Amino acid sequence: MYKYDDYDRRIVRERVAQFRDQTRRYLAGELKDEEFRPLRLQNGLYIQRHAPMFRIAVPYGLLSSAQLRQLALVARKYDRGYGHFSTRTNLQLNWPELKNVPDMLELLADVEMHAIQTSGNCIRNTTTDPLAGVAAGEVADPRPWAEILRQWSTFHPEFAWLPRKYKVAFTATEADAANVRIHDMAFSLRRDADGNLGFRVWAGGGLGRTPILAQVVREFLPWQHLLSYSEAILRTYNRYGRRDNPFKARIKILVKALGVEEFSRQVEAEWAHLKDGPSTLTEAEVNRISAHFTAPNYEILPAKDVQFEIHKRDDANFAKWLEHNVHAHKVPGYAAVTLSLKPHDRAPGDITSKQMEFVADLAERFGFGEVRVTQQQNLLLPDVRLNDLYLLWSEAGGQSLTTPTVGLITDITCCPGGDFCDLANARSIPIASGIQAKFSDLALAEEVGELKLNISGCMNACGHHHVGHIGVLGVDKNDQEFYQLTLGGAWGIEAALGKVIGPSFAAADVPGAVERMVAHYLAIRQPGERFIDTYRRVGMEGFKARAYEGVNTVASKEAANG
Amino acid sequence: MAKIIKNQAVVNDDWSLLQLAEGEDAQHVAIPVGKLLVPLAVWKARHDELLQRKHHGDDLGVWLAPEDDPAAIAGDLAHFAVIGVMFPVFRDGRGYSTAMLLRSRYGYRGELRAIGDVLRDQLFYMQRVGFDAFAIRADRSAEDALAGLSDFSEVYQASWNQPQPLFRRRAA
Repeated sequence: MYKYDDYDRRIVRERVAQFRDQTRRYLAGELKDEEFRPLRLQNGLYIQRHAPMFRIAVPYGLLSSAQLRQLALVARKYDRGYGHFSTRTNLQLNWPELKNVPDMLELLADVEMHAIQTSGNCIRNTTTDPLAGVAAGEVADPRPWAEILRQWSTFHPEFAWLPRKYKVAFTATEADAANVRIHDMAFSLRRDADGNLGFRVWAGGGLGRTPILAQVVREFLPWQHLLSYSEAILRTYNRYGRRDNPFKARIKILVKALGVEEFSRQVEAEWAHLKDGPSTLTEAEVNRISAHFTAPNYEILPAKDVQFEIHKRDDANFAKWLEHNVHAHKVPGYAAVTLSLKPHDRAPGDITSKQMEFVADLAERFGFGEVRVTQQQNLLLPDVRLNDLYLLWSEAGGQSLTTPTVGLITDITCCPGGDFCDLANARSIPIASGIQAKFSDLALAEEVGELKLNISGCMNACGHHHVGHIGVLGVDKNDQEFYQLTLGGAWGIEAALGKVIGPSFAAADVPGAVERMVAHYLAIRQPGERFIDTYRRVGMEGFKARAYEGVNTVASKEAANG
Repeated sequence: MAKIIKNQAVVNDDWSLLQLAEGEDAQHVAIPVGKLLVPLAVWKARHDELLQRKHHGDDLGVWLAPEDDPAAIAGDLAHFAVIGVMFPVFRDGRGYSTAMLLRSRYGYRGELRAIGDVLRDQLFYMQRVGFDAFAIRADRSAEDALAGLSDFSEVYQASWNQPQPLFRRRAA
């Protein structure tokens, strides 16, 4: 993974000093609330329901074991000994004190981490495929490009005060596990007819109140121009994006208003001035960055491991875990392992300091000291020998990290919701646990098969509910929590936005409604169909009828009010 | 006399800023004597009069609002001793692009002054996109704000005050 040099270290240290001084001036009354607010947001600090919420950047989801240990220490020393991994692969702490944040940043800087631009109207943490570098069928490793963009976007002077937040992703596989189309700007690695590396460039995606999928701005951009083209897109957005209404300020609204053809034309016209300028990437720089992401020293192993096969045959629980939580690796004899953060008695994505330290140890014993954070709020060990899987599984089970449900309905993606977040309209964690309880029998969850269920506590859509096969959105009506259900959302290559099925449900009715919709799927599915396939074949009506069966909600009232 | 930051020092400033009040229009607004920054609309409407005035020794400047396109004055730059870029609120980032365009695309080399809600914690970025003068908001001290120019000693991107990105300098 990328290692800081003196320049990177200096920039991050100077940021800590800058924020320490800003915090001091705020606490001394020299900076007003509204002046300090965007400054603290650009250091990941929200003022929340209980305390500030502090969001630490995990660039493109990559962590070293040393970094994970430091996160454990920071969470223990300055918080309550746990954290929450978000869908942007960042770590959120819910109980820090403002006056301690500069010291927390100092500890993070010790391990080349920070909270730069994890919130605010600026370029946010860049994300990519959690299997980057180990997935078969990659066009090229996306991580060097994500790192190049991370550096370029860090304190970009022209784009620190955008109309609204700006999220960037890279993907390098056809399946698109980075889910590029929900991003403000994204790059799919590809090659042209002559084999030259470049990107398909996307812009204008985003969830929130008006969910829109990104569109193609340029079919092929040679790699040299990554930064100058980004500059052209961002300048167009910075100048012409709406600033009169925060709900209409994302780039998606601009792209939609202009139409993607006109937007692209404007970007290209801007780029004509920037192309081949000093920001043009050099082979030397790409090589310098790429050298940090070379393959580790894999052993030459047989593709099949006898001991492993025996365990798999003899231990059904191990076999279940393999089936759901272990992923193919491009190197023979290795696998990638998801460590699930979805045990049914904890909020999705939550992890204790003790678990973080445990995972850090695992990463060193069963890998090359590297951990990935996934958009689905799990952790992933990228390089585990098949021969080690049984031992790893046995030990990780003791830390509740082997819930064998990755990709199933109980692998719920969920924001912190109204229990923690000040923006939330409703709680999301109790809904998640209510649904998990309905499907706690693994055999049932397996029978249902692949089903993405996403929960957001408000329109900001941190739980990505629009792209869940089933989405749940918390809404507030007269200070009471209600929930809208959506169907038909999807990720990656099959990206689609879910549609609201009808009037909202009371919290207590949500798990039952989900259960009945899933029962409907099981009753009518054709062989080989996933939930989303059946939905696409038959449409919403049957699911909707089942969802509202016996539910006495505000439905009738709402329907009457339109 | 007001104080501003100019070329990294606090100096006295004798420019005044003409703003159109409610109900005033560019055609008829009274133009005071002395060094004056006029809104784009006044420059467009009173071009000849302003040049005449300049000819008689009153230095001329223009200021751009966030929505003003700097291309509108691209051919006029030689007339201005100062160009102001207005930040009605510090969170409005359009002025940064305006500055970059004036410097890098249209070749403006004179004083480029940030005006309006100009505060210490934005100065580092402002100087990077080409501002060399900062009219700090009246209720804040320009002396205090000066420190904001040196928050960082190194930067990643190419910009106006550092046209070579770090990766080209790193390689050297």
